[in-house]
Amino acid sequence: MSANAITVSGAQIEAKPWVDELHQWLTTIDHKRLGILYILSSLMFLVFGGVEALIIRIQLMHSHSHFVSPEVFNRMFTMHGTTMIFFVAMPILFGFANYLVPLMIGARDMAFPRLNAFSFWLSFLGGLLLYFSFVGGSGLYGAGNAPDVGWWSYAPLGARAFSPGHSSDYWTLALLVSGFGSIGTAINIIATIISLRCPGMKLSRMPLLVWLNFVMAGMVLLAITPLSAAQIMLLIDRYLGGHFFDTQAGGSAVLWMHFFWIFGHPEVYVLIIPCFAFMSEIIPVFSRKPIFGYPVMVAATVCIAFVSMSVWAHHMFTIGMNSYANSFFTLTTMAVGVPTGIKIFNWIGTMWGGRILFKTPMLFSIGFLFQFLIAGLTGIMMACAPFDWQLSLSYFVVAHFHYVIVGGILFALFAAFYYWYPKMTGRMLSENLGKWHFWLFLIGFHLTFDVMHIPGLLGMPRRIYTYEPGRGWDSLNLVISIGAFIQAAAIIVFVANLILSYFKGAMAGSDPWDAWTLEWSTSSPPPAYNFVTVPTVASRRPLWDQKHPDDPDSRYE
Amino acid sequence: MSTVPISFANAVEAWHLPSRGKVAMAGLILAESAIFTIFVVAYLFYLGKSLTGPTPREVLEPPIFYTICLLSSSLTIHFAAKSLQRDHRRLFLGLWLLTIALGGSFLYGTVQEWRRLIYDHGLTISTNLFGTTYYSLVGLHAFHVTAGLAMLLTVAVLGLYGRVGVSRSGHIEVLSMYWHFVDAVWVVVFTVVYVLGR
Repeated sequence: MSANAITVSGAQIEAKPWVDELHQWLTTIDHKRLGILYILSSLMFLVFGGVEALIIRIQLMHSHSHFVSPEVFNRMFTMHGTTMIFFVAMPILFGFANYLVPLMIGARDMAFPRLNAFSFWLSFLGGLLLYFSFVGGSGLYGAGNAPDVGWWSYAPLGARAFSPGHSSDYWTLALLVSGFGSIGTAINIIATIISLRCPGMKLSRMPLLVWLNFVMAGMVLLAITPLSAAQIMLLIDRYLGGHFFDTQAGGSAVLWMHFFWIFGHPEVYVLIIPCFAFMSEIIPVFSRKPIFGYPVMVAATVCIAFVSMSVWAHHMFTIGMNSYANSFFTLTTMAVGVPTGIKIFNWIGTMWGGRILFKTPMLFSIGFLFQFLIAGLTGIMMACAPFDWQLSLSYFVVAHFHYVIVGGILFALFAAFYYWYPKMTGRMLSENLGKWHFWLFLIGFHLTFDVMHIPGLLGMPRRIYTYEPGRGWDSLNLVISIGAFIQAAAIIVFVANLILSYFKGAMAGSDPWDAWTLEWSTSSPPPAYNFVTVPTVASRRPLWDQKHPDDPDSRYE
Repeated sequence: MSTVPISFANAVEAWHLPSRGKVAMAGLILAESAIFTIFVVAYLFYLGKSLTGPTPREVLEPPIFYTICLLSSSLTIHFAAKSLQRDHRRLFLGLWLLTIALGGSFLYGTVQEWRRLIYDHGLTISTNLFGTTYYSLVGLHAFHVTAGLAMLLTVAVLGLYGRVGVSRSGHIEVLSMYWHFVDAVWVVVFTVVYVLGR
């Protein structure tokens, strides 16, 4: 690949035959291009998952709705959950990690560029495999197409007897394949961070984004693999006549739950820790202050990673565990709130006394702080086993985890988009459209997910395709659905901003935010080799040192 | 808000980082350990829960000879890697082929055991919970032995053509890490299946 392959302007791209351009993108092993491919494919799946969410919300808008059949409704919530977790959130965060980690540690690529490409294509084709089930899922039996047993696929629903045809096979294989992709990427991130840091980039000087992605990758190795193992067992059950989750032969349905949630809960932290990473880079830059409590941030992250490995059964309070197990998982779940609280204090400590610039990335970051806090508080509520007995499997739970995933993860991702888009494309996203996007999405989010807690408290179970009138749920559900459409409108503004700014946005230059980490020292977009000379680093804010040679950080660390 | 990329002074201090191959293999071993843990947990959880026979006590015999073969192959691959570092190529190749022979005989032992279980005792993966958990746990390990043997054979072929020299000793060490891991897993599987499980 030539040195200027990435820096060509729009006019020159048109001059090149599009087949060549496409071929370069499909065969690329450049970490930046793979990062962008990860992000683009996730955005595609975000649209799929979003349409499924809208279908769910139209169906639930009023009682006795016949918009879709119960069977289709089951497929929609299964596909929505599976898509959003495995083919939107994970790959989009891997995409940012891929793009940013080598740039931030002064490396020219990931440790294993070809493994990187292989992992991306595994994840992406896994997603296509899942969606192929709409066409090929009915198989020989003609029973249902897309998976319809929930994103947990609880035993024995996933067994042959209750899930005939091939829909569950597509689900299993898609998750297995993309899981191997995730493991490859995680190994790559770890090897890159340990072995490719530029001279002077000690562990104690790494940007927090790199530290947190390192912890995330370690968690992927320990948390995705139990899911892969459980999927292999499910395949053995479905294809070889095994009895792992076959209760009629002595197998246990509860064992599947344990295996699924040993993956499932750490997975939440696999998703949120990279978002903490975005916050830890964006909030200091827009507060014009270095991060408050760097070593404590690292320690809190590692602590979250450890504790989150032992909280999984709080998803299972209602299956009837003994009181010791209930107490243990209540305590560990409460304990994980402590390091998370430390992080929130540190971000506020960073903003405290800073000169805060309310640009779009910062708006989304502040939204993240408040919403993630509320999401954590409802999480603490449900960590109490008796409270959970009352509200498990209700819309209260749905509201809680969407508060984490949309209010936390998605807001942090939007902040990251507005912050790093100039680096990736060389052009700024429009601030004007960005403000529209932020306020529309904020209003839509709160309409939907604040209100969603109430039908949960009133006893509305999740995963029902319709409900009786006169239970006091009707108008609440209408408001929730209206909020969903406002969020969809905000996403349209966002996508329009991405596309319009790519062609018409203001030129960004190499360092539009006056930031301090190494990715801003190279041109936007960076050349294929990233850095003309490999940088050397003497502090946590190498660019500050470059810009202020009279008062470098290295003097104080 | 500068537009010119900033350049840095060249490195001055000595800067050594761990080899990426070893770090990646350590990561893979961590991930594989988690997979094996789940299968071991399933095996232990389902001990004695089969509704029909045969039971482990009736049909399993500890494959002590083949276990010794596999564990000693860890020693031979270790000394093979060491001799390659010292550029003793013939010694390396001899020890390497011995490792393959030992690993291969372990796999032969598994084949014989499975043959006996299937034909003499009628135990298949779908017979009962013991069959399901036994074949998947031992089979998962045998799969890793097979994958390891494929990689060892590739090196052996390259070595016979004289293509494996000192410059490759880093790669060989990464491969031997994997092989040690496969052996260590067998210690766990052996303990669980043939000692605790009977």
